[in-house]
Parts: sequence; structure tokens; C-alpha cells
Amino acid sequence: MTRASRYLLFFVGGGLVVVLYVWGVVGLPTFGSTHHPYRDRAVSASVAHQTANVVSSVNFDQRSLDTLGEESIFFASVIGAAALLRPSKQEREASEAGSGGGGHVMASTRFIGYVVFPLTLLVGFDVVAHGHLTPGGGFQGGVILATGLHVMYVSGKYEALRKLRPVTAFEHGEVVGALAFAGLGFAGVGVSGSFLANVLPFGSLGSFLSSGAVEVLNVAVGVEITCGVIVLLSHFFEQAMEFGHGKAAKR
Amino acid sequence: MRYYPYFVAGWLLLIGCFGIVRSRNLVHAVVSLAVAQAGTYVLLLSVGYQRGATAPVFGSTQKPNLNVVDPVVQALTLTDIVVSATVTALLLALAMQIAKRHGTVDPDQLSTLEG
Amino acid sequence: MPFSSGVANLLPVIVVVPIAMAALMVSIGPYVPRVLTDVMATMTAAGVAALAAVVAANTEGHRGRVVSWLAGWKPTKGGSSVGLVLVGDRMSAGLAVLIAVLMALAMLFGWKYFDDIGGHFHPLMLMFLAGMEGFALSGDIFNMFVFFELMGAAAYALTGFKTEDPSSLQGSLNFGVINSLGAYFSLTGIGILYAVTGNLQLPLLAKSVDEHGLSALVVLAFVFIMAGFLVKAAMVPLHFWLADAHAVAPTPVCVLFSGVMVELGVYGVARVYWVVFEGAIPHHAIRGAFVVLGTLTAVVGSVMCFCQRHVKRLLAYSTVGHVGLFLVAFAMLDDGGTAGAALYVLGHAGAKSALFLLAGIVLNRYGSVDEKELFGRGKQARFLPWLWVLGGLALAACPPFGTGLGKDIAESATLKAGYEWLPALFVLVSAVTAGAVLRAALRIYFGLGDRPAELSQSESTSGSEEEPEVGGTLAKVPLTMQIPIVVLLGGSLALGVAPGLAEAVGKAAHEFIDRGGYASQAVTNTAGAPLPHVPDMHWTTLGVVLGLASAALAVGFAFLALYAQRFPAAIRRGAATLGGPLRVVRRAHSGHIGDYVAWLLVGLALLGALVGVPVR
Repeated sequence: MTRASRYLLFFVGGGLVVVLYVWGVVGLPTFGSTHHPYRDRAVSASVAHQTANVVSSVNFDQRSLDTLGEESIFFASVIGAAALLRPSKQEREASEAGSGGGGHVMASTRFIGYVVFPLTLLVGFDVVAHGHLTPGGGFQGGVILATGLHVMYVSGKYEALRKLRPVTAFEHGEVVGALAFAGLGFAGVGVSGSFLANVLPFGSLGSFLSSGAVEVLNVAVGVEITCGVIVLLSHFFEQAMEFGHGKAAKR
Repeated sequence: MRYYPYFVAGWLLLIGCFGIVRSRNLVHAVVSLAVAQAGTYVLLLSVGYQRGATAPVFGSTQKPNLNVVDPVVQALTLTDIVVSATVTALLLALAMQIAKRHGTVDPDQLSTLEG
Repeated sequence: MPFSSGVANLLPVIVVVPIAMAALMVSIGPYVPRVLTDVMATMTAAGVAALAAVVAANTEGHRGRVVSWLAGWKPTKGGSSVGLVLVGDRMSAGLAVLIAVLMALAMLFGWKYFDDIGGHFHPLMLMFLAGMEGFALSGDIFNMFVFFELMGAAAYALTGFKTEDPSSLQGSLNFGVINSLGAYFSLTGIGILYAVTGNLQLPLLAKSVDEHGLSALVVLAFVFIMAGFLVKAAMVPLHFWLADAHAVAPTPVCVLFSGVMVELGVYGVARVYWVVFEGAIPHHAIRGAFVVLGTLTAVVGSVMCFCQRHVKRLLAYSTVGHVGLFLVAFAMLDDGGTAGAALYVLGHAGAKSALFLLAGIVLNRYGSVDEKELFGRGKQARFLPWLWVLGGLALAACPPFGTGLGKDIAESATLKAGYEWLPALFVLVSAVTAGAVLRAALRIYFGLGDRPAELSQSESTSGSEEEPEVGGTLAKVPLTMQIPIVVLLGGSLALGVAPGLAEAVGKAAHEFIDRGGYASQAVTNTAGAPLPHVPDMHWTTLGVVLGLASAALAVGFAFLALYAQRFPAAIRRGAATLGGPLRVVRRAHSGHIGDYVAWLLVGLALLGALVGVPVR
């Protein structure tokens, strides 16, 4: 189809969809209204299980199968990206052992990297560990940890990153995180007859050891996401730096 | 102001679709898809908002109360963001390989699947 | 207690076991021999099938529905809950069995079929299995979205698995973009519905939407939520991705796509309409909309099917055509139509999967799936050609195959609803699609028909650049590849012949449309009002006649196409006038992602108009 006919189709279809959308959306409760029945139930349930962060309670206690599905999507995408980016036989034979140097990095950048790297890791661990008390949790903290590792790449060479990043170990770490989540689910069946039931002691609201299984699931997800993001980025780096076009355009 | 955030969400969804329609570069198309998804974040979060309410996180000091914004939509948005990141990663991996095998990332020039 | 009984706990286990096994295989896969990974993966799928069969067998003892509220969040006395619910009623448990059985057979086929698949194929397939099982069993609309995306993520990677084939990457990207966009529209609809009802679980939504009543907002939510499911179901004009994905995905993956993943889209449409929206949106609007869209889908699918020379694209378009028929049968909105659609889906799964496996064998032995290029290449084969013919006849809904019985029951439902012309559509669509399959089989394996004049590039994708999925060609077709084909065709036949199976489907359909029972059983564990009669699931004389007619027509169309050159010039000139509009339709299938998105919006606008205008 020509570009013009494509635009025509889009404007006709899109225009009608816009009409439908506007007509429907004005039936919604106005922005900022006070009627949120599910919120009332969720907050009460969260407090009953002594979890101070209601969002974490919803994610890991009340609707935990959604979170299991979501981390499985993540896991499947990491495997999928690995499959899609796997080097062909010729590429594997043709690539040299090392990918070579890299560009020049300013001393100030390198210095900031050395400062930021441990700070980021610390913040990441804190966000994961306190997911049941403060905003954050396994997903958010995991991403912070993974990108913290890559500060080594930004402030230095690709070689430095590669040394710090044994991919197989992180692949196993990812699997451990995923299996821990599923394992806790089965433990729920064993202990209280219901999958993913919150079977650990609840503790008291606001203290570090509270909310039962929410904290443990948080850590499991944190481990999985950290390792998964590192593995995912490693495949992209491999494709860019070691095979194909990246070789000409190295930093 | 009563419906403004919902219209913003709808606009993002539409403009993301338009981005894919007029795209000349597959990476641009994938990012337009992410823009379309941003519309869903805006919709979900604005559905849960309540004027004058605080965050649904009580920490160690605050007393639990019901005057908070909707935590359920925040949990849904979190799931949505993870989904978006992973789908974007997969599609970008595909775009990278297409660039290598076809030599181009222009959809107009990819013609192996006609008819 | 009923909500957490042993059988109820099987529901989440069915979904999570493949995920856990996939994770385990990622870790230990590189260190164990290939045979072990094959066996582990196939056994996992078979195990899930067994568990799903246990759930299906137990639905009788649980008043028809096995309900599991996860993590112990049972509904309160006021009928609300914060937890997630999985519902295994007869239809979803049956689908769960079908999904796992197809997965096990597809993996069995892959044992000797794939030369070297690395450590990623099996985990991805198991994740795909988990996504499909979760989608089928879920009773919460956001949870359905999550498992829909899990299905999608695994499917995109599996489609593009042959990374050295450029068209495979493009097909996967097209699939990924359009499927995700549909899902985002669905999520928008879910958000809108949540805003007015404050619920996400299907049984709770049923009551809330009924209370809200019909309004522009409900129509908007319906159209947007259906968007994702209809993209997955490949309804025209949201269907363009299907042929692209099927043409390039590895054969066992195509089996799952056409056999059950596409049909899960139809299931999603039906389930969400019946449980959530049936009280608010009147029947006549939905019936009108889906009869029109289903007919359009069936016609476009079958016409495109007949024009293909790439055998896998041919089979993909025939799936589109059949989806049109499934949608029409659903649109009758009664137990007969639903039962007919369900039985037709099951029979079609067997026949279509067998045909895809046969196409895979062709690709492996002759290095091509282009029908014209393969003219006469298969003359030495003795057993396979007859399997092709049987598959083609099953696709034509010839009695006594299960497809024929399903078509029969669906046709009776359409006549009962007053649509006298719909049986003719059913007959023509099955005949045209089966005719294309038979034409391909006769050309490749029997060498019948005139030698194709030009092998030059026409407007359609030729199948000659497909990379074989196996390193060396197989001298003799191994048993692990023959068994799945025979089992699938046998299953399709058994559905039309064994009395108990059809009756079970009838009961499942009958329960499926009982939304009051679904809501009351899931929330308060009380039985709903007793149901009136179950649909009659026997062959009718008219059905047998129409089934034989479509089989005969299929053979006729096949021979017409094979010997087209021999017709007098006048007739050929007359046929050529059809070429104009046909060329327009074919050119619309351009492989360009921008076109697909534009058509998606047109499709949503069409659905919105067809549903919204009659209820204005």
C-alpha cells in the first residue's frame, strides 16, 4: 500500500476510534474522585497482614500470581533475547578472542564512576530490602543494581565490565530467583493449603521483620531481576561489540 | 481538568499508533510502541488518584488510614512497566538482527512477506 | 473446604509447573545431553496434560466448576475479595488439556526433527505453555492480560527463532508489534472498566457491570478489551500478522499457533462477553457485529488461502477462514452455536496441527514449501500422501470427522437463529480452504495437474527460500514424527464418532453461557439455578449432507485449480475479471507494519460502529 492510502486508512479509522473514546471517557468518574472501593479493601487487607507498603502487599500477597506471571514474562524475554541474539556459526568463528580497546575516558568520568558505583549498589540493596516498608521493591531495586554494575562500562572499558560479569553465574542466579518464587508458592500449598499463601510470621506493622512472605518474595524477585537484566544487556553488548557493526564503531 | 488526564492517555495511545504508521525505521517503530504503552500508565494512574490523599505507603511512622490513592492501579502499572521493558527488549533484539541480515531497518524496503 | 480443596490447588500448579521446569532447564540444559532435555520437556507437557485431565474429570464432582481463590483470599460475606481467582469449568479445563496435549505432541515431533536447537527452545516452549494455560484458566481480567503477554513474549521469540532467515525476523517483529499494540488497547479498556466498577475479577465484574448498565463507556470498554483478543484471534482486518508468523516459525511452533493459540483469542472474546458484558450489551448488537465480522474474516481468509503457493501461508490463511466460522458460531449466542464452535475448534486443532507437521516433513525432505516448485517431487512417498488427503478431508468437515459434527451443530444453531444463508458460508469456506490443501497435496505427492507455467515471482511469497530446519534430510520419516500426526488425525476423527466426547463438549458449552452460575459459584460457592436442556450433539441428516457436499466441492475446487489451463479461453477470461479486486486484497497484505496498525484502527472503528450504533 502506498503511504497516502495508509494515512487515509489511519485517519479514517483513528478518527472514529477517537470519537468512540471521547464519547465513552466522559462517563468515567472525574479525575480525583473519592470513590475507590478496591483501595479500601486492599488497604485493610494489607494492614491485616502487617505490611506497611500497600503496593507491595497487593503485588506479593494479594495478587501474587500476577507478579509471578510478570516475572515469568521477564524471564521468557531474557531467554528470548538470548535466542534471538545468539551468534551464528560464522560469527562465532570469526570473532577474535578480545574485542579490543575502547575509546579514551576522561579521568573525571572515571573518578565519578568509582564513587557512584558503590553508592548505586548500596541504594539498590536498600530499595530491595525495604520493599515492604518504603516505596520500591524487588523490581525497582533489581534494575538499580543491574545498572549500577554497568557504571563500570560507562566510566571505563567494556573489558572491565566483562571481568566483573560472569554471565553463567548470573544466569544461574536468575534461575535461583525464579525457582525461589515458585517454591514459596508450593510451600503455601503445603503449609496452609493454598497456593502462594502468606505463610511466614507477620510480625508488627512498620518493623523490618514484618509482612511475612512479602519480604522474601521481594528479595527473590530482586535477585532474579538483577541477574536477568545483566544477562539481557550482556547479549546486546556481545552482539554490538564482538560481532557485526559494533566492531567498527567502538567507543 | 475533570477528564484531562484521560484525554492525555488517549492522545499518547493514538500518537504511538501514528508513529508506527508513518515510521521509516524499525527502532523508531518500537519506541512508538513504548509511547503507546505510556498512555496506559497515564490512564491507570489517573484512574486511581484522589485529591488530597497521600501515598499508599505507611513506612515505619505513619498510621494506616484510608485517605490514600489507589494502590491497586499502582501495582497494575508496575506490572505494565515490566511487560513494556521486556517486550521492547525482544523487539529491539529483532530489529538488531534485521539490520544485520537485511542491511536495512526501513519497513518500506523490507519486502519478503508480501501476499 | 471447597475453595481450597486438593483439586482446586491443581489449577495454579498447572500454570506454575511449566515455569519452574523452564527455569530449571535454563540452568541445567547446557550440561545434559540433548535426549534428556527433550524427554524432560515432553514429560513436563505430558504431566501438565495429566493434571488438566484430572481437573476436567473432577468438574462433575464440583458442580461443573473447580474454583480456586489464590493465597487464601476467599470472598467475604459481602461478595467481594482482593485476591485472584482461577476457574476450571468444563470449557477451560478442556482447553487446558488440549493445550498441553498439543504441546507434548509438538515437542515429540521435535525430537528427531531439529538438528541442533541449543538451550533456548525448550524453556521458551514451556513458558509458552504456561502462558496459554494461565490465560485459559484465569478468572480475573488483568490476570488474563498478564498471561496473554506471557504467551506473546514466548511466541515472538519462538517465531523469530531461525535468526539466519531474514523473513523470519520480519515476521516475528510484525507479530510482536501488532499483538502488543492490541494488548495495550485491551489494558486501556481494563483500566476504564476498573474505574467505574472497582473490580478486576470476572465474577465480581459481572455484577458491577450489570449494575452500571449500558452506556457509551461500557461500549468503549468492550471494544478496547476485545482488541487484544481479536488480534490474537486474527479477525479481519486484524489478521495480517498470522500468515507472516506462520510462514517463518518452526513447524512445532506453528502447530501450537494454529491449533490452539489463535482459538484462545476466540475463547477470550466469548468468555469476557458472556461473564462481564452480557447483562449490559444486548444480544442483537453483538450478534450483528460478529456475524458481519466473522463472515468478512471467513471470506478473506479462504480467498487468500486459495491464492497461496507457500504451503505454510496457505494453512495459515485457512486458519483465518475457520476463525471466521468460529466467530459466526459464537455470534449465535446460544448453547448450540457455542457447542458447535467448541467442537469445530477441537476437530480443527487435530486436522490443522497434523497438516502443519506434514508440511514440516515436506520442508525437511525437499528443502522448500513452495507448491509450484515441489510439483511431483513426492511421488515415491507411500504413506504420507494419504495422511495429507485425510487431513484435507478433515478440514473440509467431511463426516465422520469431528470438524463435520461441529459444523453440523453450528449450522443448526444458525438456522434456528434465522440466518438461512450461513450454512452456505460454512460449506463454501470449508470447501475452498480444504480444496487448497488437497490441491497442494495432489500437486506435490501425486504430480497431478498441469505443470505450473512460470516459476517466476508473482505477487505472493514463494516458499523456495525457506531454510530447512534440520541439517541433513531424513531418509525415512522417524516414528517420533509419524506418531503425532496419526494421533492428531485420529483425535479429530474420534470427536465425530465417539458419543461421550461430543456430549461432554455440549455440557461444557451449556455451562459456558450460564453467567449467573459462574458468578454465584465463584463468589458464594452456591449453585446457580438449574439449567434447561443441554444441546443435542448428534449428527443430523442435513449436517451429513452438507458435510459430504463440502468435501466433494473441495475435491472439485482442487481439480479445477490443477487443470485450470485446459478450460476454454472464454471461461478463463471470465475468471480473470475477478483478478482486479483480488489483486487489491492481495496487495493489502504487504508485510509492512505501518499498514497493519492502520488496519487495526479501522477494525476497532468497525467493531465500535457495529456494536455502538444499534444500541444508541
